[in-house]
Amino acid sequence: MLTRDEIYAVLQTVPDPEVPVISVVELGVVRDVQIGDNAVTVTMTPTYSGCPAMREMEADVKAALLARGVPDVHVHMVLTPPWTTDWIGPEAREKLRRYGIAPPGRAESGGFVTLTRARPAVACPFCGSSDTVLQSEFGSTACKAIHTCRACGSPFDEFKAL
Amino acid sequence: MADNEQDTGARSGVINKAPDYPIAAPRSTPVANPLSEYLLRLGDDRLVLGHRVSEWCGHAPILEEDIAMSNIALDLIGHAQSILALAGQVEGQGRTEDTLAYFRNETAFRNALLVEHPNGDFAVTMVRQFLFDAYSVLLWDQLAKCGHDGLAGIAAKSLKEDKYHLRHSSEWVVRLGDGTEESHARAQAAFDLLWKFTGELFERDAVDEAVASLGIVVDLASLRTLWDSLVDDVLARATLTRPIEGGMRTGGRTGRHTEALGHMLATMQYVARAHPGATW
Repeated sequence: MLTRDEIYAVLQTVPDPEVPVISVVELGVVRDVQIGDNAVTVTMTPTYSGCPAMREMEADVKAALLARGVPDVHVHMVLTPPWTTDWIGPEAREKLRRYGIAPPGRAESGGFVTLTRARPAVACPFCGSSDTVLQSEFGSTACKAIHTCRACGSPFDEFKAL
Repeated sequence: MADNEQDTGARSGVINKAPDYPIAAPRSTPVANPLSEYLLRLGDDRLVLGHRVSEWCGHAPILEEDIAMSNIALDLIGHAQSILALAGQVEGQGRTEDTLAYFRNETAFRNALLVEHPNGDFAVTMVRQFLFDAYSVLLWDQLAKCGHDGLAGIAAKSLKEDKYHLRHSSEWVVRLGDGTEESHARAQAAFDLLWKFTGELFERDAVDEAVASLGIVVDLASLRTLWDSLVDDVLARATLTRPIEGGMRTGGRTGRHTEALGHMLATMQYVARAHPGATW
């Protein structure tokens, strides 16, 4: 049986299917690993409630561990604590930026929501300028917002804070 | 339903058999399991609204909005999936989120009338969304602290996503109300049309009383006060007028729906009922 560190090393090779530049571990959806006599249980949490990629991540995690000789793999999905982009570490944020996705800002805490859009400007991942405009808080996947950079003219995605 | 009443074989993770329970309970049936009934109300609100919003996919006025609508629909259906799965577990009759979504008739749905209202024009869709989002964010905020761990977990997660919906719909209400003469008139007409469905959101009955004893306590008075101030604030910024109270329509929580729901379910449930147990 693989050790805990070896299992994490395997999971580190499983990419987020929609943002393949970071792994499921870096995304923060792998919450725990339990090693039994003949099976490994991976505790995962969904990013967004309706994210269509979660099933695929679950299948990819299972396949990766089975391919490394783990006899049986279970994925246990939990909702608590709710996933937050604050779990994405500095290294993964840099990978996102280099891939052309602005990394998330700090997640809003507390129950209430600011209805006006007084948010700090998101820096363009291509030229670094903060002269950018939010086009929509909903983008190509559940986790992204769409911006445009006024300095270099590029449209870009932001991994939105949740 | 006669066509569906054969077991199509068990396959995990899919609708594996046609239901073997009465599809539509008579209205006078006392509520056997208040917790599952309460969860059906929460889940059906989001399932029905999620389906309605998804009807804009491919039809929204601009591409960004098409994408936003599809994302919001996905979130809502995701919330419904979690809640209905829990409702099925609590009920203990083997119904999954999929059997609950696809194999109940409209009289067994427990959503509020507001969310089944047809999309109408873009103003009706956005005002409906705003009225619901404001309620939903405030409700999740309370339920995230409730005494039922499973529900509190779903609430805490859904709250984070619903905040994005509320910001989106309230910005649209302001943009439409404070926009052109045409958009202003349509937004006002949408509020006037939909206002009669808002009273139902704040009703309380024996189901709410029963789940309170399980630790699911919602302070509807404070929820209403906060909802009023949020709605009034957005109405003011949108230069719109709050409709006159009165003539509230109700019945969704006990399965008495408008004609619109049956038509919507016919579309939503057709494939699952025509091909029970199908996978792809």
